[in-house]
Amino acid sequence: MSSDTSPLVPGPAGIVTDAAPPDSVALGTLPAGKSRSLFQRGLEVFVENKLALLGVTLLILIFGFCFLGPFFYHTDQVHTALAIENQPPETGHPLGTDDNGYDILGRLMTGGQISLEVGLAAAILATFLGVVWGAISGYFGGVIDAVMMRLVDAMLSIPTLFLALVVVSMFPATETELIVVIALTSWLTTARLIRGEALSLRVRDYVQAMKVMGGGSMRAVFRHIAPNAIGTIIVNATFQVADAILLVVALSYLGLGIHPPQTDWGGMLNNGLQGIYLGYWWQIYPAGIMIVLVVIAINFIGDALRDAFEVRLQRR
Amino acid sequence: MIAYLIRRVFQSAIVLLIVTMITFILLRAIPGNVAIAILGPSAYRNPQAVAAFNAEYGFNKPWFDQYLLWLGHLLSGNLGFSWTLDQSVASLLGQRLPKTIILVGESTILALIVAIPIGLWQAVRRNKATDYVFTGLSFLFYAAPAFFLGNVLIIEFAVNNHWFGPEAAQGGWLSDITDLHDQALPLITLAVLTIASFSRYMRSSVLDNLTEDYVRTAKAKGASSQRVLWRHVVRNSLIPIATLVGLSLPAILSGALITESVFNYPGMGYLFYQSAQRQDYPTLLGFIIVVALATVIGSLLADILYAVLDPRVRYVSS
Repeated sequence: MSSDTSPLVPGPAGIVTDAAPPDSVALGTLPAGKSRSLFQRGLEVFVENKLALLGVTLLILIFGFCFLGPFFYHTDQVHTALAIENQPPETGHPLGTDDNGYDILGRLMTGGQISLEVGLAAAILATFLGVVWGAISGYFGGVIDAVMMRLVDAMLSIPTLFLALVVVSMFPATETELIVVIALTSWLTTARLIRGEALSLRVRDYVQAMKVMGGGSMRAVFRHIAPNAIGTIIVNATFQVADAILLVVALSYLGLGIHPPQTDWGGMLNNGLQGIYLGYWWQIYPAGIMIVLVVIAINFIGDALRDAFEVRLQRR
Repeated sequence: MIAYLIRRVFQSAIVLLIVTMITFILLRAIPGNVAIAILGPSAYRNPQAVAAFNAEYGFNKPWFDQYLLWLGHLLSGNLGFSWTLDQSVASLLGQRLPKTIILVGESTILALIVAIPIGLWQAVRRNKATDYVFTGLSFLFYAAPAFFLGNVLIIEFAVNNHWFGPEAAQGGWLSDITDLHDQALPLITLAVLTIASFSRYMRSSVLDNLTEDYVRTAKAKGASSQRVLWRHVVRNSLIPIATLVGLSLPAILSGALITESVFNYPGMGYLFYQSAQRQDYPTLLGFIIVVALATVIGSLLADILYAVLDPRVRYVSS
């Protein structure tokens, strides 16, 4: 049976996950006595995943490019230089210039700083909001849960981009405001996931024991439920970063994000549109490729983290 | 089943009610004074006119009464009035919504036609070259924002090669369906993103079903691999896909907003984007309610469809 190579026979792992866990983590082969921590085993699964390493490498390179690059590659990204507008890639301007004469390679760095900063900060804030909301809702249950979750349902029924567009059209966007708007519109799925975790965690013995000993609800939520849902939280936060970056570049592309002379990758694409029919490809491709690379890298890491934390979940 | 339906519809109604509250709060959060905005800056010197305006339109009432008044209008189909376009939001919606429905409908059908065979093929050839290639492609396209993909398509296929038009069809609804020269690029842009996620779903759905007991039973009874796959696995794997379409509606509508803006397609999403630029709040908030209604109905239909297709759900939930 097992030698049957027919496609209908499920693989040995038999699960949907792509990366079959390496043999070393299979529960049966653990050497007795010498037990490794769950963290170590999770780390092993993560490191075994080549796509994850590729993602981490890519992300380090991109962060280095955006935040350290300007120290080595000096360009003026504030004053327009119309004499050298729309130059194709050549010596002096490896990626050409845009319609204001800004050097595109230098602009990729400074623009990337904003895209990455806003994406990261918004994802952290959204995760915090979602965890607090979801943990409280799931822990208390009953009416509180119903009310809190219906609010989440209602906000989820308005597509994020639509809601974010309305809010940024009301108040002119700054970097801080974009972070808040994106966080306020994207904590909802996190809240739902954490609520699910909290529902199953609150009946655990250690939570019950803590309550018997006189621990309060807040202690249960923040010291026991949230920390024990850490796997779900971290995996979700990772994907949240990718989504937040996509949302901020979308807003900037639509002209309602970061304002000139500051820009981000979405704003660079928006700017490049004016030259699109003239064949100024260098104003479109670099920023777009950076967005794609960042999001792919983060998604690789997120997938690998999910596999790594599943090792922990197996022990529950 | 009936009890489940009633409970689910009731829940949706409550969700929609909360959406109207959120929208109303947004409406109130808009900076500035409505009376001044409509009467003009000279009204600052004419408090009586402002007071008369406020009395006529109910702005002098407590906010809860204002909400009920507004909700009453909403329920009778009055979505608001766009002062910028001098048109009621409902009539704007009548012009723009059909175009978005055509674009979204066509691209979703296209996405399903492409994604289902790809996902199935990937699952059958799991961890072989084809699987890796399509997995890589779906990662790539999942990460490519619609505005980047759309502009790349314009550069490559409308500017460098004149195969397709750079702009979506601008005629009546018939040309939206028949004018493939102009509609191809927007359709592909919107479909590709959906294909990336649908094919992943189909792949894992088929893989899930391949490990089920009924597959082993069917094989043990002597059914050929082909028969097991087509008669049993594919049919069961399609159940989650049917509901996925309903649940993907928010993402597809966001994609449509961007696609319509990139290709200058006069649908609802493009008007929404223009309204955001013009700060045309009545249109924005009217459309928000319509979009939320569409999303809620989409997920309601998805749930009902799931319960119809998969009898186990009915027993669990009731």
